Amino acid sequence: MTNFIQQIVSGLASGGIYGLLALAIVLIHRSTGVINFAQGEMATLSAFVCWTLVDHGWSFWPAFGATLLLSFAGGVTLQAVVIRPIQNGPLLGIVILTIGLLIAFNGLDTWIWGGAAKQFHGPFSTAPIRVGGVAFSKQDLGVIAVALIAVALMWLLFAKTRVGLGLRAAAVNPVESRLVGIRVAAMLALGWGLAAVLGAVAGVMAAPSLFLEPNMMQTVLLYAFAAAVLGGMDSPIGAVVGGLLLGVLLNLVGTYVHWIGGELRLATALAVILGVLLVRPSGLFGRTALRRA
Amino acid sequence: MSLLELRDVEARYGEIRALHGVSLTVDDGDFVALLGANGAGKTTTLRAISGTVKTSGDVMLDGSKVFRRTPEAMARKGVAHVPEGRGTFATLSVLDNLRLGAWVHGNASPRDLAHVFEFFPRLYERRTQQAGLLSGGEQQMLALGRAMMAKPRLLLLDEPSLGLAPLVAREIFGVLGQMHETGTTIVVVEQNAMLALSHAKHAYVLETGRVVLGGEAADLRQNESVRRSYLGY
Repeated sequence: MTNFIQQIVSGLASGGIYGLLALAIVLIHRSTGVINFAQGEMATLSAFVCWTLVDHGWSFWPAFGATLLLSFAGGVTLQAVVIRPIQNGPLLGIVILTIGLLIAFNGLDTWIWGGAAKQFHGPFSTAPIRVGGVAFSKQDLGVIAVALIAVALMWLLFAKTRVGLGLRAAAVNPVESRLVGIRVAAMLALGWGLAAVLGAVAGVMAAPSLFLEPNMMQTVLLYAFAAAVLGGMDSPIGAVVGGLLLGVLLNLVGTYVHWIGGELRLATALAVILGVLLVRPSGLFGRTALRRA
Repeated sequence: MSLLELRDVEARYGEIRALHGVSLTVDDGDFVALLGANGAGKTTTLRAISGTVKTSGDVMLDGSKVFRRTPEAMARKGVAHVPEGRGTFATLSVLDNLRLGAWVHGNASPRDLAHVFEFFPRLYERRTQQAGLLSGGEQQMLALGRAMMAKPRLLLLDEPSLGLAPLVAREIFGVLGQMHETGTTIVVVEQNAMLALSHAKHAYVLETGRVVLGGEAADLRQNESVRRSYLGY
């Protein structure tokens, strides 16, 4: 029983990271239909930036804050400089461009920081904390807390602010948005910036347990895709819930179904993708837009 | 003084020319109807004004030429365009749709919202519902309400009565009349020429991308060819 609860909590921690990255993917997908394959490598780059700041003597939280700001600026710039010029071209071209970006960022990381894995000391100790006989890792609880705070702030931004309303409107109906005066191009760039920030949170939170190296987020990206498909590609809440569910599911399956173990973790995630697409293609929370005939 | 003037405006969709040099003027405080058969260029004329189609020729607001004619720039200049098919934000709530109408003014003021709900009590009842679930008439009310939130100087409407029951269509035009009385300049494209001419002050008739006739709405109602082609008696 203790083990069961521990597995759930550590599943929620990795699931929180999948959920953050899935949310980043969903934010871009719902507004433009583009799947950003570079989202994971952008997160890795952010983690490297944070590591470098800490390595230069910054303490963690200021370095984290600066990393988020830089990631935001980077995401906005990337959209404006690389994506916008081909925005009106075929969707497939943009998606392939993001695969190119994946490779480019991966190469950039290796070029700057080398391929060897780095120890990233996170803000949370790995020491256990005991609650009623069950030991939780402080790191797991910290990651869960950070992920939930990030998601809550994102929700507040989208649901409660004027700019959030503009972001939602631009995603739903860009043509109409321009008619009411919304600068849709700016909203799309802002969306990329926010996605980059979410990815940065995921990357920095993942780095202490995964070891920082250029390929760090590649499998995480696949889990994030699985989470996004599970929750519904166009549902932000679905991405987060899908991530958490997937994290817990993978942990439990890995622990209790012995023939799966750690090696078939990724295969399990892909089975989830396939299962969801077969049974409920719109995902748990995805909905086809309601419209009266 | 004229609020809006088009001088020799041409527009094309790819290879197909939709406007062959449209010239017309709309006075401040005017209520203008654009009449014409399908494909005459009525919708494209509205789109030329709101910047949603690429055009050559001059669009003048308050007597000076507008150079940057993007939809968002025109919205900032006080032009509100309600396209055909209402064009609401289907998955957003009615309230969010109305708030978006006030985008160019910053946050929507509660007073303006209350004002719209006074005109359309139905929208208040349905304020938390998704706009896509409203009936056709309610969607048109929402589109109008959203335009009211923008407090536009110039309101462009495309086929506001399309697909609506005659009673609802008259209600919509009644609201347009009230907006006009409070100083909004209106340009409306309308298939129902009778309805349009009974509310508008002036009208233009378009044929194959050109203005072929223009004048006081009352005079056009008496005009022999307008009667035969558009009023049907």
